[in-house]
Amino acid sequence: MSKEVFDFSAGIKKKLAIAFISGVVLLLVGAWLSSTGGHGEDHGGDDHTTELAEADGHGAAEKTEGDHHEGDDKKGADHDADNAGHGADAGEHEGGESHEKGWFERVVMDVWVNNVYFTGLALIGLFFFAIQYAAQAGWSTYILRIPLSMASWILPAGILMLLTFIFFNHDIFHWTHSNLYEVGGDHYDELIAGKANFFYLPLEGGSFPVFFVARMVIFFGAWVLLFRKLKSLSNLEDELGGTSYWYKMRRTSVAFLLIFAVSSSISAWDWVMSIDVHWFSTMFGWYVFASWFVAGLALITLMTVLLKEAGYLSQVTSNHLHDLGKFVFAFSIFWTYIWFSQFLLIYYANIPEESVYFVERFLSDKYAPVFFVNLIMNFFFPFLVLITRDAKRLNVFLKIACIVIILGHWIDFYLMVTPGTMGESGAFGLTEIGTYLIFGSAFLFVVLKALSSSALVPKNHPMLEEAKHHHI
Amino acid sequence: MSDSKDFILGVYDDEDVLLSAVGKIRGAGIKIDEVYSPFPVHGLDDELGYKKSRLPIAAFMFGILGTTLALTMQIWMLGIDWPMIIGGKNHVALPDFVPVTFELTVLLAAFGMVGTFLVSSDLKPWKDPKLLDIRITDDKHIMAIDLGQNKAVDAEKIGSALKDSGAVEVNDKKVEE
Repeated sequence: MSKEVFDFSAGIKKKLAIAFISGVVLLLVGAWLSSTGGHGEDHGGDDHTTELAEADGHGAAEKTEGDHHEGDDKKGADHDADNAGHGADAGEHEGGESHEKGWFERVVMDVWVNNVYFTGLALIGLFFFAIQYAAQAGWSTYILRIPLSMASWILPAGILMLLTFIFFNHDIFHWTHSNLYEVGGDHYDELIAGKANFFYLPLEGGSFPVFFVARMVIFFGAWVLLFRKLKSLSNLEDELGGTSYWYKMRRTSVAFLLIFAVSSSISAWDWVMSIDVHWFSTMFGWYVFASWFVAGLALITLMTVLLKEAGYLSQVTSNHLHDLGKFVFAFSIFWTYIWFSQFLLIYYANIPEESVYFVERFLSDKYAPVFFVNLIMNFFFPFLVLITRDAKRLNVFLKIACIVIILGHWIDFYLMVTPGTMGESGAFGLTEIGTYLIFGSAFLFVVLKALSSSALVPKNHPMLEEAKHHHI
Repeated sequence: MSDSKDFILGVYDDEDVLLSAVGKIRGAGIKIDEVYSPFPVHGLDDELGYKKSRLPIAAFMFGILGTTLALTMQIWMLGIDWPMIIGGKNHVALPDFVPVTFELTVLLAAFGMVGTFLVSSDLKPWKDPKLLDIRITDDKHIMAIDLGQNKAVDAEKIGSALKDSGAVEVNDKKVEE
């Protein structure tokens, strides 16, 4: 007889508290290290506190110069940097404010990465849940409460994101500097001013970004409302039974999917793409969605496997796990497909205003290793681990692949956000791990608390019988 | 080599009965030659104790072959035989080759897998299918038991075991090789 309600025991809470506290400690130590020009974790990037435009291309040149002190080498490097920097030169006028990119910006950047990443995990919970209803899927009935619980993080995520934006917008978003919009001013930037309406409507560019904030509030509001509706319907179904709740949930799910199709894409432009404000990619919404989706699927799978190992969900068989494994496998390839489609077109056309994005990442000493780690963790590793049928049915392979994917997509978001905010003074170290632990433990606390509030398996779901006989 | 095979055929009209029957017959120590059914029955291959198909290995090998061929072809054509500068890139610019490599990998894996399947199950257009019972193309499941493989068990016992397991008919059938 398996346990039917998840027991959010003191032991688990204690572990989460330890993770949270060690996250805070790591964050403080990391911040202290980088504020005192720390050692070990950053590699000589801190003294290049140049403005973005220079950091794009000339960072590499300076490094080479420092390393070799040879005229020839410097020339070669300068040439490369010139090519690389073109896109940046075209528009990127930081406006002379060469502010220090120190520990504070780094922590803000980490917070933003985690904001976007965990918002995505929570959203994918709701998205997965909604797909199951819209597609009238029966196989997933046993695990439906897991993604639904993940979605409880949407509300805290929205509050955190709004606060982070309101207090620290200048550290994350270059476009929030008002002097960029003063026509004829020293720092006037025609390209950014041309995009002003997208952020500031109905106000003037450079004032308060009404449209941007309104979008954030409306999206989170809609997601939270629909989440609440689905959750209460699901709980009502437990109490009262009958098929009418299933139909109501399907209608709500379809509404959510329609809203999510638009809002996920626009939030990707708003929260991630607008950091590199001169740059644009028409695939970016898909790219962020794919990253979110595969990370969310991996988390759902991992939680299912762990719950099963802890003695819950005895109805879940290797057939259900196989389907989850196929989802993770397929969408890690989907992510790669989107990633590569974006990369290939930009690489092939080599238009400076587009390729600057990969110059900042691929031709940078700081980010080039991360660039490859990203590909290995999110494509090659899960592809090779999960390719066989058996691997998708065995707990150990699923756990390994899912953990790597969950961490890997954090790195993916790190790589999307950091080069645009920190330039060459970005690094990967204790602050990153610390903030990830803080956010992760808070996220898990909210999710597990929601999971323990109702039965693990919906009691009166009309498709329980179908899920029982699921066989592949 | 014998010229003919003697079969005992159990005819079933319900797949759930069939599934439990397979377990019962195998439990009685009778070797089942093959089960024919008009549609896929979930769990049947597990019940019959079939080994895992090795078809995915063939697919993987053909896929690797496709990858190798595609890369060799493009590197030889654009890098060695007739080097061309395209878009200011190197002669051998690997990202450019990825789409073609991907497509050839998929193409060869798919064709190779289908071909392997056809060869290994001896399917060909001019093959004369030897149906043990025409009704397996309609609404009946047939469990075929080869008497040659069950010399230790009495034929009549097999017949009654089939009846007990829920077969609606039990027939004898001789097939000429």
